[in-house]
Amino acid sequence: MSGNVLLEVEGLTKHFQGRRGFRRQGEAVRAVDDVSFVVREGETLGLVGESGSGKSTTGYCVLQLLKPTAGSVRFQGQELTSAPRAELRAARRELQIVFQDPYSSLDPRQTVEQIVADPLEIHRIGDRASRRRRVHELLDLVGIDPAFASRYPHEFSGGQRQRVGIARSLALDPKLLICDEPVSALDVSIQAQILNLMNELQRELGLAYLFIAHDLAVVRAVSDRIAVMRNGKILEEGDAEEVYVRPQHPYTKALLAAVPVADPRRMRAERERRRSTRAAAGAGA
Amino acid sequence: MNAVQSSTVSAVPLLEVDGLRTQFFTPAGRVHAVDGVSFTLDQGRVLGVVGESGCGKSVMALSLLGLLPPRQAAIVAGHVRYDGRELTTLGRRQLEDVRGREIAMVFQDPMTSLNPTLSIGDQLMEPLRRHLDLSRQAARRRAIELLEEVEIAGAATRLDDYPHNYSGGMRQRVMIAIAVACRPKLLIADEPTTALDVTVQASVLDLLHDLQQEYEMALLLITHDMGVIAEMADDVLVMYAGQVVEHAPALELFDHPEHPYTEALLAALPQVDVVGAHKQHLAAIPGRPPSLLQPPAVCRFAARCPYAEQDDPCTSQMPELREVRPSHFVRTFHPAIERVAAAGVSA
Ligand SMILES: Nc1ncnc2c1ncn2[C@@H]1O[C@H](COP(=O)(O)OP(=O)(O)O)[C@@H](O)[C@H]1O
Ligand SMILES: Nc1ncnc2c1ncn2[C@@H]1O[C@H](COP(=O)(O)OP(=O)(O)O)[C@@H](O)[C@H]1O
Ligand SMILES: [Mg+2]
Ligand SMILES: [Mg+2]
Repeated sequence: MSGNVLLEVEGLTKHFQGRRGFRRQGEAVRAVDDVSFVVREGETLGLVGESGSGKSTTGYCVLQLLKPTAGSVRFQGQELTSAPRAELRAARRELQIVFQDPYSSLDPRQTVEQIVADPLEIHRIGDRASRRRRVHELLDLVGIDPAFASRYPHEFSGGQRQRVGIARSLALDPKLLICDEPVSALDVSIQAQILNLMNELQRELGLAYLFIAHDLAVVRAVSDRIAVMRNGKILEEGDAEEVYVRPQHPYTKALLAAVPVADPRRMRAERERRRSTRAAAGAGA
Repeated sequence: MNAVQSSTVSAVPLLEVDGLRTQFFTPAGRVHAVDGVSFTLDQGRVLGVVGESGCGKSVMALSLLGLLPPRQAAIVAGHVRYDGRELTTLGRRQLEDVRGREIAMVFQDPMTSLNPTLSIGDQLMEPLRRHLDLSRQAARRRAIELLEEVEIAGAATRLDDYPHNYSGGMRQRVMIAIAVACRPKLLIADEPTTALDVTVQASVLDLLHDLQQEYEMALLLITHDMGVIAEMADDVLVMYAGQVVEHAPALELFDHPEHPYTEALLAALPQVDVVGAHKQHLAAIPGRPPSLLQPPAVCRFAARCPYAEQDDPCTSQMPELREVRPSHFVRTFHPAIERVAAAGVSA
């Protein structure tokens, strides 16, 4: 990818005070620890790692929904960590988020039309009629029949709700979408529909994605480059195909080896391999 | 108990489910959650049940154990025979004796199935004292052994800890330890690793596999993940909209998927291990499963099926489950094997 750098994150760090999970009182959680990466125009950076590795916190810090402890976040050359409110607001038009849970992220009392028009209203764009036209255009773009615009979220399936969420995030013509586990709550057949849609939208609209997920196969299906995260740090970053075919870091290798694939012979061979590794370790101890 | 032990050598399958129908009674009408499911499971075998969310996997498992929410749902037809004994007509007390002792269950979320106010040791000792009548001393010794068996480091010192002191993977190991405490002959595991990270999942599946082999347990493993099925199952049951749509030995199923739904499910999986999988176009299945409020009386997959034609029986009849290859059953008018044959004829 040769696009211009859109997002540049440098030395991003976020510590949480207080207890959560195992940690004792007072010990800071180093949720994100000196993380750096760039996202270029029109490309997808996949951020993959197991739960608690700091993926969501990274996403929230980029959006300034969480205040980073240290580090810089430059979006289209503008430093967001120190940006005044008005500038941040302007930047947020071009920097949108898609959440995991299509159930809780849509207001159940709003119609789909109201949900998708919401960002347009907040930013006072257009009049009623032009907003309605735009909403219909967006619904059409994500594969929802605009005739359903007056329905409520509960009348839609999970996959359709995620389409609505994507339509809303596209309302302001963003350049970068931060997608936090956007298909994790969906069944494979529906997940494939949404992943295809995201790839198509990227081609049509020239969008860039920071695609956050724990599922290595899902991340591979959309990413140009991959960053592997663990314990708040990026351990390995590179071209998607490279990272998957020739992983360098032992953790990446372990992660890839653990993904169950739909091949019984391979899975059983893999299990035997783990068993003999364990036996060898046991004999050595 | 000895009678139960000796009867397993007979020809009666350990578990026989026959025409099971379970419905929910809702204001909108009856939900046909499990709609005529039949299968058998022999001692020492692993049967994987796979299908998308809402297809009836969990309700089927709860039906087997008599754990349906009272008044909201009921088995309206069919039989569940365990070791030749009908379970659907057993009273609550009798079922409680079977559960935990002979049939045990592990659920997806260990945090909701473990009691946060009781120590791990107390929860491990409960089934041992209740079903095996062990003394407190003996139960405690056995509990430590069980924790060691599920590879919890420093078992003796971890016995008095509470669930919140354990990580997600450790809690699921504890759930498994509780489940196998009385050496059940059948373990039903409903999405046991779905809430876990992949590396933890691999080790928990290894543990389940080892215990299953060691105790010659039968395992009914429910999952939405074809990879987990590939790793664990001897035989596979594919469910769709409350019905079994395909049933075959695991290698046979993956080598020769016959149902258009099974094929589509496999094709829709993003691949982690194939060169060039980067930004691949996935074969999505259009639409979604039908509502189980009034499920279609015709093929339930017809609306999404690439092979269903206007004038064929798909949209006028319900296909029966039939054997299209040895030991390979499928519920469709268009199994792969007949499509190939038809194409061969016309070519
Ligand atoms: N608001 C918070 N307060 C304290 N700790 C938090 C908070 N949010 C996240 N964490 C901790 O930060 C770490 C990273 O969390 P998160 O970014 O959610 O990981 P991921 O998205 O990769 O699962 C975890 O240890 C988590 O418990
Ligand atoms: N409490 C309930 N009331 C009404 N319908 C229910 C209830 N619980 C489950 N169902 C229905 O039963 C069907 C099967 O559900 P379930 O067995 O949980 O699916 P799975 O485990 O395969 O995801 C679903 O279509 C669901 O809507
Ligand atoms: Mg997260
Ligand atoms: Mg379930």
